[in-house]
Amino acid sequence: MNNSVKIRIDGKDYQVQGGKNLVDTAKEHGIYIPTLCHFHEVNPPLGTCRICTVKVDGKTTTSCTTKVYEGMEVEINTEELIDIRKAIIEMLFSEGNHFCPTCEKSGNCDMQNLAYDMGLTTSRFPKVFSNKAVDFNAERIIMERNRCILCKRCVEEIKTEDGQNVFSFVNRGVKTHVHIDYEQEQKLSDSDALRAMNLCPVGTILVKGMIYEQPFGERKYDLLGKTKKSPTNGNGTCINEKEKFIVATTSLAGCFGCHMSLLDIDTDIIDVLEIVEFNKSPLTDIKNFSKRCHVGLVEGGCANSENVEVLKEFRKKCDILIGFGECALMGGIPAMRNFVPLKECLEEAYINGMTSEIGANIIPNHEDIPKLLNNVYPCSEIVKIDHFIPGCPPNANHIWKVVKSILLGKEFSIAHDEFKYD
Amino acid sequence: MDTIKDTMHKTLLMKVLWDIQKKRRYISRDDMTKIAHEFNISRMELEGVISFYHFYHRKHAGKYTIYLNNSIISKHKDYDLVKKAFENELGISIGNVTDDQMFGLFETPCIGLSDQETSALINFNAFTDLTPIKVKKIITKLKQGESIQSISKIPKNNIQYTPDDDKTVFFKKYIPGTGLKKLKKMNADQVIDLVKKSKLTGRGGAFFPTGMKWEFCKKNKADQKYIICNADEGEPGTFKDRVLMSKFPGLLLEGMAMAAYAVGATKGAIYLRAEYFYLKDKIEQRIIDFKEKGFLGKNILGIENFDFDIYVHMGAGAYVCGEETALIHSMEGKRGEPSTKEYFPVEKGFLGKPTIVNNVETLCAVPRILEMGLEKYLSIGTEATPGTKLLSVSGDCKKPGIYEIEWGIKLQEFLHLIDAKNPNFVLFNGFSGECLSPNDFDREISGENLLAEHIQFEFNDPIEYSQKMSAVGLRSGGSFMVFHKDRDLLEILKNINDFFVAESCGICVPCRTGNFLLNKKIQKIINCHADTKDINDIKEWSTIIKQSSRCGLGKSSSNCLLTAMLKFPETFQEKLTCNRDINNAFNLNKAVENYEEIVNEIETTYE
Repeated sequence: MNNSVKIRIDGKDYQVQGGKNLVDTAKEHGIYIPTLCHFHEVNPPLGTCRICTVKVDGKTTTSCTTKVYEGMEVEINTEELIDIRKAIIEMLFSEGNHFCPTCEKSGNCDMQNLAYDMGLTTSRFPKVFSNKAVDFNAERIIMERNRCILCKRCVEEIKTEDGQNVFSFVNRGVKTHVHIDYEQEQKLSDSDALRAMNLCPVGTILVKGMIYEQPFGERKYDLLGKTKKSPTNGNGTCINEKEKFIVATTSLAGCFGCHMSLLDIDTDIIDVLEIVEFNKSPLTDIKNFSKRCHVGLVEGGCANSENVEVLKEFRKKCDILIGFGECALMGGIPAMRNFVPLKECLEEAYINGMTSEIGANIIPNHEDIPKLLNNVYPCSEIVKIDHFIPGCPPNANHIWKVVKSILLGKEFSIAHDEFKYD
Repeated sequence: MDTIKDTMHKTLLMKVLWDIQKKRRYISRDDMTKIAHEFNISRMELEGVISFYHFYHRKHAGKYTIYLNNSIISKHKDYDLVKKAFENELGISIGNVTDDQMFGLFETPCIGLSDQETSALINFNAFTDLTPIKVKKIITKLKQGESIQSISKIPKNNIQYTPDDDKTVFFKKYIPGTGLKKLKKMNADQVIDLVKKSKLTGRGGAFFPTGMKWEFCKKNKADQKYIICNADEGEPGTFKDRVLMSKFPGLLLEGMAMAAYAVGATKGAIYLRAEYFYLKDKIEQRIIDFKEKGFLGKNILGIENFDFDIYVHMGAGAYVCGEETALIHSMEGKRGEPSTKEYFPVEKGFLGKPTIVNNVETLCAVPRILEMGLEKYLSIGTEATPGTKLLSVSGDCKKPGIYEIEWGIKLQEFLHLIDAKNPNFVLFNGFSGECLSPNDFDREISGENLLAEHIQFEFNDPIEYSQKMSAVGLRSGGSFMVFHKDRDLLEILKNINDFFVAESCGICVPCRTGNFLLNKKIQKIINCHADTKDINDIKEWSTIIKQSSRCGLGKSSSNCLLTAMLKFPETFQEKLTCNRDINNAFNLNKAVENYEEIVNEIETTYE
């Protein structure tokens, strides 16, 4: 094990210990390779998440399953490889039903952290909208399968004292999911159950009663020192009335929180008004487009047919569409109803709900009322959205920085705490 | 903690599951609890294994379980009519079981009978060239209590062509033991040397040098080694191994014995796909014959310490188990998931011991090479690929079946040989192979002038592709499907992608979700909802899936799609729309259908 070998990473030579796996070796020499299923004690390496994909001697492979040897040529941070890794995380987000704002694991979640790290805003892949049940049957462990990335950590690592597997993959292909053996789970000790929860890189394995033990804000990936104020471009150049940018805004299936955030710049809005004129917007109460707009700001996803119509009109009348807020980007809170069949939602609201009249049997339906869609859709699934500003809500200064930069065609950079969206 | 006893026991898991599946027609919860207890594994782990395979049912599958083949060749023949006929005769729709539990009707991908479509398996007996009239006859006879064996027979071999007698390697007169007897005058190293010099490569489609594989295995010291024959033949359109095992099962056994002699193995197994259940008895009988003749068992041919025994292990319906590490896991009683290739099977394979996994045709070639001698063998075929290749031909041609051809034959000549009708599009090497267009018909079927695999996917212009690739030889594991001009290319590509989505093992996200997303894209193109962005997305996403997948399935699942897009751009262009602002795949009427239905239902109920 004392053999020292020479390898080349991204054009630089390194003298490293031979036979060790590439992820750990790179880490020791200050090079970061993102991983999700890999962790130190696992042997043999799982190689299931594929996120640590790198190029070794010209062929792509996972770095967690590769052992270093003399003369190895490794490429890690080429544009192509960075994009592949990003694409895999995006695919994971599209496959499952992930809601960071309401997730118990937020702040401790490896996948969330990786997404931030890679600068993920929205997934290039359409959502799969898979139907995955949440399993509450076990004594202590809840299986929230909407978040499971099938990394196999729990299957391989969690065993009872007599060596039985507690978790197992069931079915094949896209229908694969992790099932928990209730009998075996009972045999686990409390600390083992907790270990399972901490082992799971996402919020799939949860132990009843222990989920909020660590308060939000003090978790693994939370930042300390959040009192920094983000810089704003305060120089407003006075433009002629005729040369102002025309901006339209709307809130579809949103709570208007993003609009409220927009206005959080308080008196700075006077600077904004030097270069911007609002057309159709709740801010001006102009109800119909009277001019062609440079930019349309869309808050909220599409939950009913009216949202779709308004969104399509925005696409027609605006040169650039910017979706802002989680609801516009991936459905947000309203999209939580995608887990529940539409029929049950409507029955709960109008027929069986606590405030419904006894004998109520009508769900509001009239040609003037919009029709509910089968799912709440992110805006990008209906029309082409040009830019995205994530956040719930996004920070006011950040919104205006982005909008101004887009209008003036300027490049901009984002400080980390502007970027940390929850 | 697996003791040696427990691990050995688990290899019998699939045999036990088959016994129960066959007797009771499904595996019930009670049975599962009992089995889990016997094998000392948790119930959930057992459920994981059972749910992985297509042919293990957890609900009663009917006294007569009918599996109708839905591969693209079957669909081009009479699949729709035959399916309707079954559904009408039985009174159930596909995927269900009759109320009296007599018949279960299910779909299944390619069952290795592409030259005799439309085909089906009933309790794993083959029924070929089906028509609605035949279906009616079969069901009537079964209802009248006739035994299945009396109305079915082992499928025809359809050997359409072999080269001149002195150039034929496989399909010529076979006298058991001729090749094997040559071992008396050779030692293990000489055998390996011969195989290396013969340039024999894996005939399953991977084309790994066989001699090298055997040499690696021999070098690894262990107290036990294994020879496993990969008779899974899952690649759609391939059925050459079926014919080899049907006609000359002894040849396979001899080949395995030679491999055992070369590397020092004493145990062997044939992993036979469930769709070839009707060959099991024949092979097992031949094993018994060989033992009596001294060709298997202890001290084979009187050679001291040359002990070798073979058993047959039945697969249970998973294409991915054709991959060697997945096959080994399947034999060990686990889910058939491929490994991370940290160790190759020749180093650590079945039960952690050095293992050789070879294709049926590869193993059958070895005794023939010994029989005819190296010099004669090398005089056939081409320099890089000597000898002959078995191709299983199906599709739009007058003479589907098995062709033994000398390596080096031109594709154009071959198409003439099989009497292809206006060939426009060839699926070469199965669903994970590539699409060939008329521009490729001048190429040669051989291993000459090969380029690295990824190069062919870097071309964006079909003309440039033809120019640069015209001298490159074409190698196939055996599958050869030919289609004429009027076939719908997109329907074929969708069928291919459906297959991969269903057969993916599900461990890694690029293959599992990536192929699913590609499926949606293809459907979008078929619906005329796609635009150029979608075409570019397909190219981009396929590359991502290719480069990050864990095993060969993910790496090659998009090959046909990419090569088709390059070589038949017009087919795709004519389906595109130009409007890119609105997402045409979002259908407002469809999205509110649900709501309208619910509202109407509630209102009418309470009237």
